[in-house]
Amino acid sequence: MSKLYFTEDHEWLNVDGDNATIGISTYAAGQLGDVVFVELPDVGKTANKGEDVAVVESVKSASEIYAPVSGEITAANDTLEDAPETVNEDAQGKGWFFKMTVSDASQLEGLMDEAAYAEFIKE
Amino acid sequence: MAMNPIGRPTSPNTDDGAGGGFETFSGSQGLMQQEPLLNEVGALDKCGVDFASGPAARSRLGGMERTAQIGLPGLSEPEALRHYVRLSQRNYAIDLGLYPLGSCTMKHNPRLNEKLARLPGFGDLHPLQPQSTTQGALALMGELSRWLCAITGMDAVALSPKAGAHGEWCGMMCIRAALEDRGELETRRRVLVPESAHGTNPATAADCGFTIDELPADATGRVDMAVLREKIGPDVAGIMLTNPNTCGLFERDIREIADLIHEAGGYFYCDGANLNAIMGKTRVRDLGVDAMHINLHKTFSTPHGGGGPGAGPVVLSERLSQYAPLPYLTSDEDGWKLIENQEDVEGDAKPFGRMCAFHGQMGMFVRALGYMMSHGADGLRQVSEDAVLNANYLLARLQDEMSPAYEGVCMHEALFDDVFLKGTGVTTLDFAKAMIDEGYHPMTMYFPLVVHGAMLIEPTETESIESLDRFADTLLSLAKAAKDGEVERFSQAPVLAPLRRLDETRAARSPVLRWQSA
Repeated sequence: MSKLYFTEDHEWLNVDGDNATIGISTYAAGQLGDVVFVELPDVGKTANKGEDVAVVESVKSASEIYAPVSGEITAANDTLEDAPETVNEDAQGKGWFFKMTVSDASQLEGLMDEAAYAEFIKE
Repeated sequence: MAMNPIGRPTSPNTDDGAGGGFETFSGSQGLMQQEPLLNEVGALDKCGVDFASGPAARSRLGGMERTAQIGLPGLSEPEALRHYVRLSQRNYAIDLGLYPLGSCTMKHNPRLNEKLARLPGFGDLHPLQPQSTTQGALALMGELSRWLCAITGMDAVALSPKAGAHGEWCGMMCIRAALEDRGELETRRRVLVPESAHGTNPATAADCGFTIDELPADATGRVDMAVLREKIGPDVAGIMLTNPNTCGLFERDIREIADLIHEAGGYFYCDGANLNAIMGKTRVRDLGVDAMHINLHKTFSTPHGGGGPGAGPVVLSERLSQYAPLPYLTSDEDGWKLIENQEDVEGDAKPFGRMCAFHGQMGMFVRALGYMMSHGADGLRQVSEDAVLNANYLLARLQDEMSPAYEGVCMHEALFDDVFLKGTGVTTLDFAKAMIDEGYHPMTMYFPLVVHGAMLIEPTETESIESLDRFADTLLSLAKAAKDGEVERFSQAPVLAPLRRLDETRAARSPVLRWQSA
């Protein structure tokens, strides 16, 4: 049974046991405008919570994608390299950025669920 | 009409444009002439000049001769000339009208300075001439240095950096050299950079081998002092701070910031890009600055186009002076001397190295000193006053219809966010494009990044009140049109420009970087 979390940096992570899939929220993708380039992390790299591991570039700006928890990168969504528009089309689905292990489940505690995030972006 | 994915038109203005509304045979619209690419004007098998064929010569290239065509079209002189003149007529320039991008890009270049830079004694010098024959030029560099040190109150200046970012690099390398001298380079790794900083600041610090630690802004758009106090520590090499900052605001706590950094053993690099707002009013030395670059184009009106030639001299505090790069200027009873080589270094100087082949941009030095001397100290002070006054005049004229990003007065730039466009369906980009139809170059948009939908307007000191009023009235009418629901006027803009809105997404996703014949 997987659970969806959101960070204040507008990333989502879908956690299933010790594994998480990470991307940017639909709201963030809308704010960025058309995504034109995505730089993905190397698989096998370990990242600490808050470390910048990927880059998303749109017509408006370039932003860093942070590891929302600590762990090891286990997969990267290579399809984004050729089709960055996937991020705009399906940010919270096919537009995922990378997968990583969750080395410390307690780091999930400070994150928002979908309802809390919906409230967060209203502000 | 072709639309890009966000519903904006992309096609050039040929069939549905303004003007008479009919298609001309030539594609030109009156004096707005269609101009093809150079490759389409000329041809590979054409040559614009007649050369007599040379005598037969034996090749000494050992089989490395080029055998294929180099792929450049041949054009006659009038063809080449017309091409560039036609393109220039479609361009917007400071000589055509108010330029709200401000001094970052170009402010008015007084023509007197152009005349001075072309004096043969300066214009025809060669950097490898013996120094005994260039004493006048060296004296001018000495005088420029004296003015820069007097204006900032700093101890020394490195003239060779060619631009702002090059100057940043020079200053940070001086800081690096000083830390190395103290034996602390290995332990002091962190450079604090506000999140509103110019992008070059963190890039410079990273290039000099430091790690970047971002400082958030507080609600007033200035450095959050509580966070700064938390982040300061014995591993901090220094801070890179712009004042006035990129939100156009004076960092009021700058003295305290400098003291905190110095107490922690770090250095204070000030990005002097915005010196044009405080020159003659604030002495940089009194702010506790250790190194600061000065963009001669921003503050002293030297030309700045197409990436150069530029000049970004760096003023240094007493603690950093000795690390200034080669070559540097000295004088004794025999006259002026450029110290070019490490073995000629005297006294306690420990230059960190050399940044470029020669001594800097002589033409810019002449223009900048010409600007300083024609204004005088009181005139330079008035430059800053007028720059700030003009920005605040626009802020005051626009604040009821547009939304200032922060409360209170600004420095030389007025910053707005896109709150006033909320619910209108018009974006900052649309608003900027609509300005083109009104005959204005758009302002800086979407920067600084910390402000949503930012619009940053810098009118500069040379605009008259009539010019500012015309500009303000134009923006007010656009703001009103947006609020009145005239969305189409914005989403279609620019309608009256030589080209319609370009498909930025496709340009970024699949750029065509090379001309290919059809």
